Amino acid sequence: MYQNQILLSFDWALLTEKLVLIVIVVMVSLFVAMYSTYAERKVAAFMQDRRGPNRAGPFGILQPLADGLKLFFKEEIVPSFSSKFLFILGPFLAMLTAIMVSAVIPWGDKFHIFNRDVSLQIADINVGILYIFAVVSLGVYGIMIGGWASNNKFSLLGAMRAASQIISYELALGIALIGLLMVTGTLSLNEMVGQQKDQIWNFFRQPLGFLIFLVCAFAETNRTPFDLPEAENELMGGYHAEYSSMKLGFYLFAEYVNMFLSGAVMTTLYFGGYDIPFVNDANLVQSIGMNWVAIIQGAVFFAKISFFIFLFMWVRWTVPRFRYDQLMNLGWKILLPLALLNMLVTGALILLSQNHWHF
Amino acid sequence: MEALTNRVKKVDRRKMNLWERMYLPAVFKGMAITIRHMFMKKVTINYPEQKRAFSPVFRGLQVLNRDEEGRENCTACGLCALACPAEAITMEGAERKPGEEHLYREEKYAAKYEINMLRCIFCGLCEEACPKDAVYLSETFAPANYQRKGFVYGKEELLIPDPKTDPEGFAKAKGSRIAHPEGHGNEH
Repeated sequence: MYQNQILLSFDWALLTEKLVLIVIVVMVSLFVAMYSTYAERKVAAFMQDRRGPNRAGPFGILQPLADGLKLFFKEEIVPSFSSKFLFILGPFLAMLTAIMVSAVIPWGDKFHIFNRDVSLQIADINVGILYIFAVVSLGVYGIMIGGWASNNKFSLLGAMRAASQIISYELALGIALIGLLMVTGTLSLNEMVGQQKDQIWNFFRQPLGFLIFLVCAFAETNRTPFDLPEAENELMGGYHAEYSSMKLGFYLFAEYVNMFLSGAVMTTLYFGGYDIPFVNDANLVQSIGMNWVAIIQGAVFFAKISFFIFLFMWVRWTVPRFRYDQLMNLGWKILLPLALLNMLVTGALILLSQNHWHF
Repeated sequence: MEALTNRVKKVDRRKMNLWERMYLPAVFKGMAITIRHMFMKKVTINYPEQKRAFSPVFRGLQVLNRDEEGRENCTACGLCALACPAEAITMEGAERKPGEEHLYREEKYAAKYEINMLRCIFCGLCEEACPKDAVYLSETFAPANYQRKGFVYGKEELLIPDPKTDPEGFAKAKGSRIAHPEGHGNEH
C-alpha cells in the first residue's frame, strides 16, 4: 500500500515527457555534431576552392557514418604508462559536460499533445545561466584529466594551455554577461527569450557585450584562432595526442557538441532564442495553432544556430592561430577591461533611465 | 649600399595604429575573402569520372605498333633495349616461319618483348631509337597493381589492337602522338 502511494505521488506523465525530451535533445545534439564534422570539411574545402568529401553517398552525406565506423574499428590503445582510470574518464567527462548544457536551453515554446502543454525545455531553472557557467567550467576537467592521465609532456602542455585559456576567458565571458543580466534582470533562459520575443533582441542592447561573448565562446570551445590546446603542428594534437579509437572520437565529438550548444546559448541570450523574426508569435499561435508554431520556432532556432556553427567554421578557415602570449594579452588586457567598461556603461545607462534621464 | 637587383621590397615597420590593433577589421577583411572563395569555380575535378587532357608532349605507356594490315612492326633488333637508360626492356627474337607473313612484317620478330614499368622512366629514347616505327609512347599511364610482377608488361599488354579487327581500339591506343609523329616534340 505504502509503496503504491509513493509511486502514485510521482507525476509520471511529467517524468516520461522529460525523459522523451532528453532523449530527443541528446540525439539531436549528437546528430548535429556528426553532421558538423561533414559541414566543417565541406566548408573548408569550398573556402579553399576544393570539393570536399563527395564519395560516400550522394554529395558525400554518408561520410560522417563512414568516419564513425572507422573510429570504432581502430585499435583501442591505453598507454602502459598512463593512469588508466583517469585516461578513460577524460573523454567521457568532456562529452558529458558538453551535452549537459543542453538541459536548460529552451528549444521552443509549448507543444500541445495528449491534453498536456509540453514545455520544450528540459529544465526551466531560474539560474539557467549560472548552471551553464558551472557546467562549462567543468568542461575543462575533461581536457585536463585526459592530458594529465596520458603522462605525455605534449598532452600535459596542451591540457595546461586549455586550462589556463578557458579560465582566463571565462572571466571576460562572465563580466560581459553581467551587462546583459542587468538589462534583462533575470537568470532564467526561458524568461530571457520571453523578453526578446516580439521585442528588440538583446544583441541591439548589448552589441559590445555580444562581441566579447562571441570571442570568448571561440576560446571556450577551443576553436581557431584559439585552438592552442590542440595545436597540431606544435603539440601533435595536444591533450588528445595519446588517444585512439572512439575515445579520440569522443573528444573530437565533444568539440562539435560544444560548438552547437554555444551557438544555441548565444542565440538564446542575444538573438531572441526561438523567436521567429519579423512575425508576432502570439498572433501566429491564434491563426495556425500552438503545435505548428512550436515546430516553426524550433526550425528558426536551428537556423540561427546553424548560422553560428557556420560562423565558427568560417572564422576557423580564415584566421590563423594566436601565439600564446597574444592569447593571454587579448584575454586579460583587452577583453577583460572592455567587459568591465561594458558593465559600467550599461549600469550607468540603466541608472539614468530609472532616473528619467536626469543626472 | 647599392642594390644588386630591383626586387628589394621595403617593409613597413611603423607601429600599428589603433584601427589596425583592433584586429577585427582585418579579420572581417579576411572573412570577406574566404566567403568569396566559397562561390568560386573549384580547381579540383572529380578524377575517375572526369579526366584532364594530357599535354601533347606527354610520354606514357609504350605500345608495340602494327602496320595497316595488322602485322607487327618489331624486328627484335634490340636498339630500344640498348638505348634504354633504365635497362627496362628485354626481348627475344625469333625467325618468321612460312605462313606467318600476315602476323609479322619482316623475317625476324620479337617472340618475347617485356618492359618493366617500375624501371621505365618514360624518357622516350626507345621511341627515338626504333628504326621500324615499332615502339611508341602512348597517352596512358600504368595503372596500380598489387604485385611487382604485375608491372612487367609483356606483349599482351603492349601490343596495339589489330587495326583490321578492332579499328576503334587501334585508333584509341595510337592516340594523337603517333598520328602526327612529327609533332611529338622530341626532335628539337
